[in-house]
Amino acid sequence: MYKMQLLVCSGTGCRASASATIVEKLNESLKAHQLTEEAQVVTTGCFGFCEKGPIVKVIPDNTFYTQVKPEDAEEIVTEHILKGRKVSRLLYEDPENKEHIIDSKHMGFYQKQMRIALRNCGVIDPENIDEYIVRDGYSALAQVVTDLTPEQAIDMVKQSGLRGRGGAGFPTGLKWEITSKFSSDQKYVVCNADEGDPGAFMDRSILEGDPNSIIEAMAICGYCIGATKGLVYIRAEYPLAIKRLEIAIGQAREYGLLGNNIFGSKFSFDMELRYGAGAFVCGEETALIASMEGKRGEPRVKPPFPAESGYMHKPTNVNNVETFANVPVIFLKGPEWYSAIGTEKSKGTKVFALAGKINNVGLIEVPMGITLREIIYEIGGGIKNGKNFKAVQTGGPSGGCLTEAHLDTPIDFDSLVAAGSMMGSGGMIVMDEDDCMVSIAKFYLEFIVEESCGKCTPCRIGNKRMLEILEKITQGKGSMEDLDHLRNLAYVIKDTSLCGLGQSSPNPVLSTLENFYDEYVAHVKDKRCFAKQCKAMAKYTINPDVCTGCTICARNCPVDAITGEKREPHFIHQEICTHCGVCYQKCKFNAINVE
Amino acid sequence: MTKIKSLDDLRQKKQQLEQGMDIREKSDHPENLVQIKVAMATCGIASGARTVMNTLVEKMKKEKIAAVVTQTGCMGYCYAEPTVEVTKPGMDPVVFSYVDVKKAEEIVDKYILNNELLDGILPKNYQTI
Ligand SMILES: Cc1cc2nc3c(=O)[nH]c(=O)nc-3n(C[C@H](O)[C@H](O)[C@H](O)COP(=O)(O)O)c2cc1C
Ligand code: FES
Repeated sequence: MYKMQLLVCSGTGCRASASATIVEKLNESLKAHQLTEEAQVVTTGCFGFCEKGPIVKVIPDNTFYTQVKPEDAEEIVTEHILKGRKVSRLLYEDPENKEHIIDSKHMGFYQKQMRIALRNCGVIDPENIDEYIVRDGYSALAQVVTDLTPEQAIDMVKQSGLRGRGGAGFPTGLKWEITSKFSSDQKYVVCNADEGDPGAFMDRSILEGDPNSIIEAMAICGYCIGATKGLVYIRAEYPLAIKRLEIAIGQAREYGLLGNNIFGSKFSFDMELRYGAGAFVCGEETALIASMEGKRGEPRVKPPFPAESGYMHKPTNVNNVETFANVPVIFLKGPEWYSAIGTEKSKGTKVFALAGKINNVGLIEVPMGITLREIIYEIGGGIKNGKNFKAVQTGGPSGGCLTEAHLDTPIDFDSLVAAGSMMGSGGMIVMDEDDCMVSIAKFYLEFIVEESCGKCTPCRIGNKRMLEILEKITQGKGSMEDLDHLRNLAYVIKDTSLCGLGQSSPNPVLSTLENFYDEYVAHVKDKRCFAKQCKAMAKYTINPDVCTGCTICARNCPVDAITGEKREPHFIHQEICTHCGVCYQKCKFNAINVE
Repeated sequence: MTKIKSLDDLRQKKQQLEQGMDIREKSDHPENLVQIKVAMATCGIASGARTVMNTLVEKMKKEKIAAVVTQTGCMGYCYAEPTVEVTKPGMDPVVFSYVDVKKAEEIVDKYILNNELLDGILPKNYQTI
């Protein structure tokens, strides 16, 4: 029996920084020191702390090593495994007081988290179904198909209060009930693993770290709605997730957990993968279904909803990966247990991909109702380089910004909408004083213009016009009318677009207009960008105390915007200056200021 | 692979596989378990800490006591090695000195199971964070 286990992360992040070689080296080293009987190396899914990867966690003392290199393997074995001394230089360092933290239980990053969807990520080997079974895997499915009727099982999901994690937050139990009511010779369970929000990677991590939980949940859903076939729509850009899911499906079939007469019941279920080419709009359920059918990935008008007419015109239940990951737990722990977590209308937890100007970038799972302050300052370890917090963007290209005023608002589906943003799939990008909000809005709009499928006019042309206006503003050529125009366009696009992509695409603009109107006005009226991000608006002036009157700037200015007498301080005429920056480069005395 | 055809099959399968995962489950909430730390620095290893640790692991398993057995570095009692620190849930840690295989078994039988103290307890002279 092993006394110790070394859990090595083999999520996408850590594999990119050689975690596979670390596994090799650890094994070699254990062998060399005759420790293979005492310690075992286990590869797991993502720990969520990708920024400081590769991660190696030693069990049972929960030592959390970060940024481990293959060369460090020998030292971990000889020092920690053999002699029991932690290798302190590899321990996580607290960003505030620079102290080494002895184990993961003492890390702020994990203390406030509650892991339900990610319960097995970083704990089990995702390529070994046995480890999932030990963690109560497939017991929920066994219980459902042998003890419960579909109606009873649907009731439990309804009672739990689980809402869809794919963006809109539709009650999951209700969706299952609606789909179950349509009768048909064939129905489908679809898992939406398209994950198109820039920056979000929770679905990928769940599939890579705990693929069996999705298989189990889809089978449960199949039993509830009366479907025997499951399809996972996954983007082909997720090769590792695809591989692990395929391994898991293969193992589940071998055990008879997929196939005919599961657990000796009358219920049969099997599943297949469908690959997407990575278009954002294919995450929208009707476009997704069209794409699965081999058609162009374009959305269509709803109703009919997929529950009535989906894949191959059959009743189809579409849920997101994270939604499914929550399902087995509801049956294992009971709907009461589940609904005790979270806020009145949003139960359970949510996984967020924390990114931007924050110390601990990574994947976190927190109970609904936590505040932004807790996420940013306790889990995230505060803003990078001691700068000031400015805003948080949630919901990706469909969401908006929250500001200082929202720091203490409990976060759930409804409070985010009330604050002009949305949950979306859970991207959370933290911004500091150096970020220009107009440029941020422009960034998301560029994404939308790229990704719009072009089927409806408001989305195809409206967003393009909005982007042009934003470009004008960031180049210092905007006017106050442009701001009104922007707002009008935004409302028209919201009201008239065909699908959720267009209906939500103006959100980043509207929310920054609402929360950072001053910044827009500064760009338009004073031609100034507080964050100094909009280069075209940089203002060049000459410091008369430093200028020697050497004339080099005046001679090099391509538009003759600089005048002055020899050996006298020179002057830049702002109305002529084109902000090219030549004077700044030429001046030998650092006399040119930029603001 | 044998098929899993019923809930009982699944339960059995789970039990068979449980041992390998045991230590990961336990490390999740160490505060509810008996925690045993064996000092395993050069001095400890030289005086036989490795066999002591193996004995403890086996013994705890035999007695079916939920415990986390870990190794630590030198606790600073080099003169009294091998040393073993035992923390029962809700109690202060106790450090035993000159532990050999026999004494290790005694620690389990007397202190852990019956709360009896043994000879050779060292005063705990440090604070852990
Ligand atoms: C433009 C657009 C993109 C979307 N992308 C995703 C996605 O990547 N993943 C996802 O699960 N849902 C996405 N959705 C939401 C789906 O349409 C659908 O509501 C969801 O998969 C339902 O699952 P849920 O009830 O479990 O949330 C997107 C919606 C829109 C409008
Ligand atoms: S990939 Fe290793 S911690 Fe995320």
